[in-house]
Amino acid sequence: MKLKKLILPALSFAMALFVSGLLVAFSDSKVLALKSHPISMLSKGLSTCGAAYWALFRGSIFDPRLASGHFWEGFYPFSETLVAASPLILTGLSVALAFRAGLFNIGAQGQFIAGAIGASWVGFTFDLPIVIHSIAAIAAAMIFAGLYGGFVGFLKSRTGAHEVIVTIMLNYVAGYFLLWLLSTTAFLRPGRKDPLAPEVHNSARLLHLFGPDLRANLGFIVALVAAAAVWWLLTRSTWGFRFRAVGANAAASRTAGISVARVSTTVMFLAGALAGLGGAVQILGTEYAMTSGVGGSFGFDAITVALLGRATPIGTVFAALLFGALRAGGLTMQASTDTPLDLVLVIQALVVLFIAAPALIKSLFRLKNVDEGETISSKGWNG
Amino acid sequence: MSLELRGITKRFGALVANDSIDLAVADGEIHAILGENGAGKSTLMNIVYGLLSPDGGSISVDGKEVRIDSPLDALAAGIGMVHQHFMLIPVFTVAENIVLGHEKTKGPGLLDLESARKEILRVSAEFNFDIDPDALVEDLPVGLQQRVEIIRALIYDAKVLILDEPTAVLTPQETDELLRNMKKLRDTGTSIVFITHKLREVKETADKITIIRRGKVVGTASPSASQEELASLMVGRPVSLDVEKKAANPGKVMLEVKNLHISDHTGRTLVKDISFQLHAGEILAVAGVQGNGQSELAEAIVGLQEHVTGSIYLDGKEISKSSVRDALHSGIAFVPESREEDGLIGSFSIEENLILDLHDLSPYAKGPVISKSIVAAEADKRIKEFDIRTQSAKDSASSLSGGNKQKVVLARELSRPVKLVVASQPTRGLDVGSIEFVHERIIAERDSGRAVLLFSTELDEVSDLADRIAVMYRGEFIAIVPADTSREALGLLMAGVKP
Amino acid sequence: MSTTEVRSLSAPERRRKRGIITMASLGSIGLLLFGIFPKSGQPVTFSFVLGNEWVLAKELIINSKSGSLSFSIISLLAIAVATLQFRARKTIRTASAVFGATFLMSFLCWATAGKFVPFTGLLQGGLILSVPLIFGAMAGIISERSGVINIAIEGQLLAGAFLSGIVASLTQNNWAGLVVAPIAGALISLLLAIFAIKYGIDQVVLGFVLNVLVIGLTNFLYKKLLIPYQSTWNAGGTFPPIQIPLLSKIPVVGPIFFSQSIIVYLMYVVVAVIHIALFKSKWGLRTRSVGEHPTAAESVGIDVNKIRFRNVLIAGAVAGLGGAFFTLGALGSFSKEMTAGKGFIALAAVIFGRWSPLGAVAAALIFGFADNLQGLLTITGTPIPSEFMLMVPYVATIIAVSGFVGKVRAPAADGVAYKRGGGSH
Repeated sequence: MKLKKLILPALSFAMALFVSGLLVAFSDSKVLALKSHPISMLSKGLSTCGAAYWALFRGSIFDPRLASGHFWEGFYPFSETLVAASPLILTGLSVALAFRAGLFNIGAQGQFIAGAIGASWVGFTFDLPIVIHSIAAIAAAMIFAGLYGGFVGFLKSRTGAHEVIVTIMLNYVAGYFLLWLLSTTAFLRPGRKDPLAPEVHNSARLLHLFGPDLRANLGFIVALVAAAAVWWLLTRSTWGFRFRAVGANAAASRTAGISVARVSTTVMFLAGALAGLGGAVQILGTEYAMTSGVGGSFGFDAITVALLGRATPIGTVFAALLFGALRAGGLTMQASTDTPLDLVLVIQALVVLFIAAPALIKSLFRLKNVDEGETISSKGWNG
Repeated sequence: MSLELRGITKRFGALVANDSIDLAVADGEIHAILGENGAGKSTLMNIVYGLLSPDGGSISVDGKEVRIDSPLDALAAGIGMVHQHFMLIPVFTVAENIVLGHEKTKGPGLLDLESARKEILRVSAEFNFDIDPDALVEDLPVGLQQRVEIIRALIYDAKVLILDEPTAVLTPQETDELLRNMKKLRDTGTSIVFITHKLREVKETADKITIIRRGKVVGTASPSASQEELASLMVGRPVSLDVEKKAANPGKVMLEVKNLHISDHTGRTLVKDISFQLHAGEILAVAGVQGNGQSELAEAIVGLQEHVTGSIYLDGKEISKSSVRDALHSGIAFVPESREEDGLIGSFSIEENLILDLHDLSPYAKGPVISKSIVAAEADKRIKEFDIRTQSAKDSASSLSGGNKQKVVLARELSRPVKLVVASQPTRGLDVGSIEFVHERIIAERDSGRAVLLFSTELDEVSDLADRIAVMYRGEFIAIVPADTSREALGLLMAGVKP
Repeated sequence: MSTTEVRSLSAPERRRKRGIITMASLGSIGLLLFGIFPKSGQPVTFSFVLGNEWVLAKELIINSKSGSLSFSIISLLAIAVATLQFRARKTIRTASAVFGATFLMSFLCWATAGKFVPFTGLLQGGLILSVPLIFGAMAGIISERSGVINIAIEGQLLAGAFLSGIVASLTQNNWAGLVVAPIAGALISLLLAIFAIKYGIDQVVLGFVLNVLVIGLTNFLYKKLLIPYQSTWNAGGTFPPIQIPLLSKIPVVGPIFFSQSIIVYLMYVVVAVIHIALFKSKWGLRTRSVGEHPTAAESVGIDVNKIRFRNVLIAGAVAGLGGAFFTLGALGSFSKEMTAGKGFIALAAVIFGRWSPLGAVAAALIFGFADNLQGLLTITGTPIPSEFMLMVPYVATIIAVSGFVGKVRAPAADGVAYKRGGGSH
């Protein structure tokens, strides 16, 4: 395929792992204690780092300890990767779509929460036949979240308020709103006081893909379908044409009769709906019950996913799989080697930094003539 | 002070902008550098002024070779420059602009503007420039802004003054005054390098002329050469300077504008109470120096201006409140002033740019889906019709030359059913061949019965193409006059002298 | 042939009009909710004494309902005055300030019915909470006036908090912590400078990624080192308040402004220096030129990217110093993600204050006061759920940015990376 295009991302990832590895090694107290013996310190550092990364791999892709029965059972951890990746694909698409129209949607976190609220509420309040219930919950999620996002686009086109500030603020608002909801009787489980919403009914849940023992579910398929839909939207439809036009040159688009205001609002609505779909998938497929932490770090992750995936649908899918693997493996890493999960954040940020500066990687590795791919840019305050 | 360039070469990737250029400017001489748009004149001067470094060649001042790596070096060597697009900071005052880079300080780094103010007033008085050192540059009219640049160069003792296309933004009267001042400067010992593509001015002021074409020096001439000779040297083939045009055959009123008033977002009036009628089959050219409201008027007709009152009728139908899209589809072709910023999307392909306005209408789209094959077929047709030089319709628009970019804009706008053509500075920055193409096309549209509203700062273009001329000054049509009005009369009108 | 001139509104006028509409909506809601709906009032005790300043008045007891009603009516009068000034094409700043103050007082009377309000303490706390916002805003202004968008203020604050906290703990010396705080901020902005200026990466994206990086790093080290080995790594202290002789005794004003920690006094100095330097010094002129029209600056021999680089580092240092507030000025120890989005509110203050140091300070003070008010009300207990109170600073930011600011004019070249020779044609 286009292997050349993968060189830079691969090298960026390698560099990120290297730098993070240094962090793991030199923050370990046992390693630090060996200050006066550089060689044993180096080997201890290597082994600490290696153990962490091996745990990462075991938790996300393949665990030899599970393969003792049937070989393919060793791939069980991959199901966790799929589970982690599904909402990432969707929130990543949300950010990527907005980027293509020249908007920076930092609000995927808040839109995700809005979607989770919608899906959760429909899921535990009503009783509908099996597939219809899921669809209704998903629809509610997408509408709530779409409105939450569309509001930002509307505000920007009417008042010029920059989406970066507004979406960041709305993320906090959504978080606190969720906290409040989980203290109201409507959203609490009967008889309990902890912030845990009722479980969604079985009729709303998304089916497991590989049997009841593995958590991978239809949400992954939904995410792939969404990615395909976004791809089609951008490359083949009139709407996508307008989005891309405004993202590339809003002034020329306006001069040719395209309404930039309408595009901003529509794109933010769709972006919100996609992130909300991510929230729905998380609730209906994985968690079943909403907690105050349902938003997780999907907001941050969505942006790093979109940046690594160069804001293209297919790139987003692969980037989400990679970062999903990091997340899934990270839990194992945290449990078995006492390495905090936040290392994954560091790796993600470094990957994106390296990948955003192709010139840096090129000079580090002395490469020439490597495909840099498209650059992603958002507009400053004036534009 | 004499200035000599030897073998100056500059490449931008595969493009050779300057190819081994030799130039000799004697002491106390006005030396004109003549060339059409894109010939490489500005690149050359940016090298002399230290904004670019050459790939080869040398610069000598008074016989001694100098190294110019930055504008500071150029200034130290006695070279000053007045740029085509002013290098002034609009939100600063005149004094702040002039001290920038050479600031005097008092105390712990605080600015001292006093001596600068005195110097400004001195030079200003010497040339009758009338500049207030504490005025904000953005409040000054364009002609005065240019004087600020000149003053800056003179205050820092420039002995060679480079003027890059200085008359593009001036009225004929201001142009005459500038040419007079140039001669005055030369007579006091300052050499002047005068970059332009305007033959008349060259003949009037230059002591010596060097012609540059496609990055190379193709010859020198004296001001006694005829305009045709100079033009042919510039372009490389015989050029007829006359535009062929049949008599106009005006039909019904196609565009009617009543009491149009436009303000900017701070409330300042840009266009004040304009009313006029335009007939099918006629070209109304709006003449006037940049900054008198032309751009805004052009945009307002299509609906691109926000703060507009008054009414606009296209073929009887009111379009004052229409969206841009509705205005365009009611039958207006709009060629914007800046093709790169407002006319085309550089990263989109030529194909996509050609359907920017019609992308969601049949036959290019069926419902929400764009038919790629139909788009491609149409693109090929139009590329042929408008003679757009490109390898493939799928190349990005930014890869095209200026002239071809403009052709893409025309191809897009003129392929719709159109009643009115609004063209804003359509030949700015184009090479002569493209200029000819655009002129021919505009006349063809007019002869097919369309109304044409042309905005141009080039008086020659206005006189050549117009059937009637409206002169715009400070946001008003100061007069609408017949096409054969003399240059002098037009100049007076452009300067605000009411008839 | 000129008909009556129909003048459409200018941008400042439309902004004022939008502001008046926002105020009118808020004011009417306030009047109904705070003044009219409540059945009867309860006494509210406002205390004006904080420490040992001279005393003018000790307390004031107002009935909540009549207090709210009176303040609401005054606020509506302020709107009326603002409308008149708007019609006369004047600025409405004083009237808006009066509206803001009386609206808040009306709200306060309602929310604290039957309770005790330490008024001077409230204002003093408001100033304290605005400290990181002001430092962050100064950092934002220096950077943006030079033409580099600085979204990484949050990360710079957090880095400053982290490094100052652990150094103060390791050395058991608060001053050591204070000294390294700017270095931490500058390190983060070094990354911003390199990637934005040298490699030309989109500055908004870059700033955001740097924030993620700092959060990840500090969280990681917090869990790996600060929690398990707290006594070594996370046992720093705070700076006690210093009372300035005489000035701190002035009633009300004294305790608020002149009885604060060294960090706050440093802040006064920083703001004054930046404001004077930006508009009256050679550095300020060159900085602004580079942010407005880098090509013109280069044409007079100024090295655009060098100035930008240096200023971004200075900005980072200022923000880092502000980060020390969280640890050395408030909590005494570092906790996970303790900046809680203050860096973004600082950015909003920059925009709200239209890139002018004093304007940003005013905005930051308003945000800080709202934050403190929310804290007080959560403690004293109000009818509004605490989660909604926590939302207040963020909602206020949205309203500020869209209701009162609208389309802004940032420095013209803000956010656009510059290449040498960019002026050639």
